Amino acid sequence: MKEPSTEPQQDVDPTAPNEAERQARRRRAEKVQILLFFAGMALLPLVVTNSYYIHVFTFIGLNLIVATGLNLLMGYAGQVSLGHAAFYGMGAYASGILTAKYGWNAWPAMGGALVLTSAVAWVIGKPTLRLKGHYLAMATLGVGIIATVVMRQWVSMTGGPAGMQTPGITFFGHELESHMDVHYFYFVWAWVGVLMVLFANLVASRPGRGLRALHDSELAAQVLGIDTAAFKVRAFVISAAYASIAGSLYAHSSMRFLSPTPFDFHTSIALLVMVVLGGQGTLWGPVLGAVTVTFIQEALRPWAQYDIVVYGLLLMVLMIFMPGGLSRGLSTLWQWTAGVARRIRGRGRGGEDRE
Amino acid sequence: MMDVQIWQFFLSGLTTGGTYALIALGFSLVYNATGVINFAQGEFVMLGGMITAASMSAWGLPLWLAALMAIAITTLVGLALDRAAIRPARNASIVVLIIITLGASIFMKGLASIIWGPDERSLPAFSGEAPISVLGATITPQSLWVLGATLVTAVAMWIIFEYTIVGKAMRACAINPHAAQLCGIQLSRMVSWSFGLAAAIGAIAGIVLAPITMTQYDVGMMLGLKGFCAAILGGLGNGLGGILGGLILGVLEALGAGLVSSQYKDAIAFIVLIAVLLIRPSGLLGREGVAE
Repeated sequence: MKEPSTEPQQDVDPTAPNEAERQARRRRAEKVQILLFFAGMALLPLVVTNSYYIHVFTFIGLNLIVATGLNLLMGYAGQVSLGHAAFYGMGAYASGILTAKYGWNAWPAMGGALVLTSAVAWVIGKPTLRLKGHYLAMATLGVGIIATVVMRQWVSMTGGPAGMQTPGITFFGHELESHMDVHYFYFVWAWVGVLMVLFANLVASRPGRGLRALHDSELAAQVLGIDTAAFKVRAFVISAAYASIAGSLYAHSSMRFLSPTPFDFHTSIALLVMVVLGGQGTLWGPVLGAVTVTFIQEALRPWAQYDIVVYGLLLMVLMIFMPGGLSRGLSTLWQWTAGVARRIRGRGRGGEDRE
Repeated sequence: MMDVQIWQFFLSGLTTGGTYALIALGFSLVYNATGVINFAQGEFVMLGGMITAASMSAWGLPLWLAALMAIAITTLVGLALDRAAIRPARNASIVVLIIITLGASIFMKGLASIIWGPDERSLPAFSGEAPISVLGATITPQSLWVLGATLVTAVAMWIIFEYTIVGKAMRACAINPHAAQLCGIQLSRMVSWSFGLAAAIGAIAGIVLAPITMTQYDVGMMLGLKGFCAAILGGLGNGLGGILGGLILGVLEALGAGLVSSQYKDAIAFIVLIAVLLIRPSGLLGREGVAE
């Protein structure tokens, strides 16, 4: 005999998590993941003492900042930038020029670079993001090439292709020495931590959920009263701001030197690949992408002229076979191998049956 | 005096513009068939010039034979690109397809530097160097070859699209791929055709341009991107628009470089690109009314 009063509980189980609770649980898990990840990164220099690898990991951090910003644009606002290296470069050169030529302190210079880069992004994004389609991609392609040409030709300011020297940065009165790669490693990765937490909070906030809705269906988002164009512009400006910060950090990095090459069209492609390869629209995708792409580039360096052949081939192969990114690609590969293994086992049994 | 100088810039701009026009045609062909912006288009131009120059110097082939061979090989490369890289990823997102064509472009550039080395190569002018005087300005016979090649290619394209079954089928696919397939048109074959044609046109552009500007393994990317600007200026997917866009872009670039600043020559095409996107994103002859 059942009590009638317990009947409705079968329909709505009070212990089952609702959407909001699942979100909260996911956020808690994310916080733990972030904490563990950065604890691991903090311990890394104890294990990896080779200064070259510390240098590479510092660069992974810089790439990761840019890729995280780009991820906001691609994975959430559903737009593509083909010239994000230009914003990276603008941040770097604005910081470099303000400090080296005008004697600014590195911190306000970083702020100035941020304002300038965001303003450029706003001017480009505002009119093109109003339109349906990939007009932003084409416009940013243009911005990217123009920025490279300016970096090469405005010799009096940028030093042209020969590059320019930049001063360092002081942190709580402590000048980060150019020969201490580990200091820069911690400095850059502290920024990565702050900016990744900011990103995680942003995409979990109301505007972030708006962006996610926009990525799934622009029409549906509009129906829900989301000003999709304004959201896209904001996402683009923030992504440019991330690139600018990374650029400023680069400008005052342990190399103390800027040249146009690290900010050219090829870097824009590499950044795009980091986001797509890692998996768009996730917190950890750009981490995977930045690590993979930076290591591929470093590994190909000694191959002299064969490096770009292999790099081009890898881009094609990875995108053809893993269009959804590495994590999804690996799980597909896993399922496929499991399927093949099962079939082989099945066939083996089938053979026995026939005998 | 100034007028003659401007007229001179105009004529030389028209010459480079002819190459941009051909590259823009290639972009539009592939875009119409697949919706993909093929960033490897510029590499077809590089291949056209490099294969001609290399086979002339290595095997002593006459120019016409080397040129024909270059067009044939580049066409095969275009078909291979479609078959090996685009078709397997047909259902992928536009970003993925763009990265694939960029990867193909980097791959071809790298292969070219391995096969032919990093040196610049040039082709002899097709019919001498004696300059021709046109209303006070001078033009080289090679410029006439470039403009002639642009004109002949444009007319050939018009004939193909207007009067042949293949051309009509390709147009049908551009307008509505599903309806075209229902009419029995095989979409994948039309995509192959568009890649083959785009590659051949790119090779032609590279061959006629090589005597003027020299050629090198890495000229493809910049030429391709400028041709892309021309295609946007004219209206992406519009053949006539692409030719018009190319010629206008070439002239603007020559005037800008001559009268304003030659240092920033390479930026001019991209400033035009951004201006077009801000003012008239559908391009000069593109379909009206880009959705807001």
